[in-house]
Amino acid sequence: MAGGDDSWRPLAPRLLIPTWVVIGLFSLLPVILMAVYSFLTKEFRGGVIWDFTLAAYDQFFIDRGLFGDEPARLEWTYINIFGRSLLQAAICTALCLVVGFPTAWFIATRPARTRAVWLFLITIPYWVNLLIRTVSLKFLIRDNGPLNEALMSIGLTSGPLPLVNTNLAVQLGLFYSYLPFMVLPIYAAVERYNFALSEAAADLYASRWTTLREIVLPVVKPGIIAGCILVFVPALGAFLAPDLLGGAKTFMIGSLIEEQFKGSQGNWPFGAAVSMILLTLVLIALIFYARTAAREGAR
Amino acid sequence: MKKLLLGTCLLASPAFAQGELKVYHWFEYIPQELVDKFQAETGITVTIDTFDSNESMLASLKAGRLGQYDVAVPADFMVGIMANDGMLDSFTPEEMPNLGNIEPQWMDVPFDAGRKHSIPYQWGSTSFSVNRDVYQGDISSLATLFDPPAELRGKINVLDSQNEVLILGSLYLGIPQCTQDRDQLRALNDMLLAAKPHWASFGSDIAKDVLVSGDAAAGMIYNGFSAKARAEGANVEYVYPKEGHVVWMDNVVLLKDAPNRDNALKFMNFLLDPVNAAAVTNYAAYTAGVTGVAPYLDEAIKTSPENNPPEGITPGVFAQACDEETQKLYDAIWTNLKK
Repeated sequence: MAGGDDSWRPLAPRLLIPTWVVIGLFSLLPVILMAVYSFLTKEFRGGVIWDFTLAAYDQFFIDRGLFGDEPARLEWTYINIFGRSLLQAAICTALCLVVGFPTAWFIATRPARTRAVWLFLITIPYWVNLLIRTVSLKFLIRDNGPLNEALMSIGLTSGPLPLVNTNLAVQLGLFYSYLPFMVLPIYAAVERYNFALSEAAADLYASRWTTLREIVLPVVKPGIIAGCILVFVPALGAFLAPDLLGGAKTFMIGSLIEEQFKGSQGNWPFGAAVSMILLTLVLIALIFYARTAAREGAR
Repeated sequence: MKKLLLGTCLLASPAFAQGELKVYHWFEYIPQELVDKFQAETGITVTIDTFDSNESMLASLKAGRLGQYDVAVPADFMVGIMANDGMLDSFTPEEMPNLGNIEPQWMDVPFDAGRKHSIPYQWGSTSFSVNRDVYQGDISSLATLFDPPAELRGKINVLDSQNEVLILGSLYLGIPQCTQDRDQLRALNDMLLAAKPHWASFGSDIAKDVLVSGDAAAGMIYNGFSAKARAEGANVEYVYPKEGHVVWMDNVVLLKDAPNRDNALKFMNFLLDPVNAAAVTNYAAYTAGVTGVAPYLDEAIKTSPENNPPEGITPGVFAQACDEETQKLYDAIWTNLKK
């Protein structure tokens, strides 16, 4: 718009209509539906009755014993499931950051030609469906799989290392699934980083560590935060890795919600309520981040 | 909304008038050759969508897909539930010429007396299998799963299916299904919680693979699935436990508002032909509920120990559909087990 032709401006609201339709249809409407369903009465074996109630939230927070006739206490079952999922997602995010940042840095500092090749290599495994990759991972780490066979043949372990059906396996699956979501945004930020800044810092006798902390990190921070959000949020709701690699012995948030819609319990309002609580938690975290970022921006 | 859908169907139907059939079926449960044969014989194009549990099928039909499918394949108790909810259409004996092929014992079943909505597809049993290379001891009791010997601890896969786990647990403790007796339910709850640390994983579709790969040395499983595991080289023995086992029958039902009702009836009639019923059995390794299949069965299926329980075993039980209040208690036990 170098010519300064602003004649399109009055049209802007109308040109934005498709955007609003897409956001409304695919983002707002589902959330509203979910919010409404979470306040409805469960119909026996799936479905809902249009009577408004707080029963789903009551089930989440209040424990009245196995038979529902004991004095009300705080229900820990679902809070524990949330806690477990939060911890898994947090560890996964930290691991992805530790591995993803150097990877992104490495790629961004290659010559422009090879950079594209490295990025391409990062994306290759993701051409394959997540389910297949997760099952393959299970094949690799099972008791008589290649990893354990190799460890035993070089004499590092005497028996198979129990990996499959452990939290470690779940963590490995999550880390492997979401690593590129950390690498790509950080890469985008590092690529724009002006390396003259690092040189200037070196000229002024800043140590490498100080340069990283005081100059690099503040500049690429938006990329790191975007990466953390992109990893943390889906890892929180993941159920493929916990089910396939962890043996589905304990519910995670994702599998708990799935069970309400697909399992024999058929409790749609409760599933919707759990989703709403998850959504609220994520929203609070994001608002908290946005406000911190705004405050720092103002400083 | 429903009217709109119906209208769309009516508008769309003339174009495909002669030749469509929409089947809602279990995953990996019908041989493709049989579908091809039906298409060749009738000129009807068959579309199959799959589900992985009775409950998810019910949920999906309830969520607005009733009226899009012609037939589905629910298990015994689910036929009763669907019939009660008015989700099934009925047919007359004249519309189903092969109805007489149904084995007498499967004709007057409690979930569909006189076979007005459904025909047998396959039936079988659910209990457990043990890898005999790993454990050679006594496996005649359900205690093998719920109070396992040291050799099997931490190497057991359990079906990720509330119904089957809770019924086998109830059989082990000798308590009835759909009980409201608190002491019995508490005992079931405590027994399962005590057994869980000995289990390696919960999973239904993986039940065969974990036995073949050696990830599990024992596992709750369906008889045909166990036969397949044995055929794939695992030295597994399927057990008809002394406390009893679960019997189930999958049935092809005519769905309400079926867009191609005539084709659905043709398909159901086709499946009652002994040649075709045998083809399904040879593929799925369960048992057909149709007379006269024997000449068409593979020898290995006909004589498999999974399909031919020894004399004098404790008879199996069908799953019962509990009422809402009772079901709530069982749901609570299941959530408690998996929390």
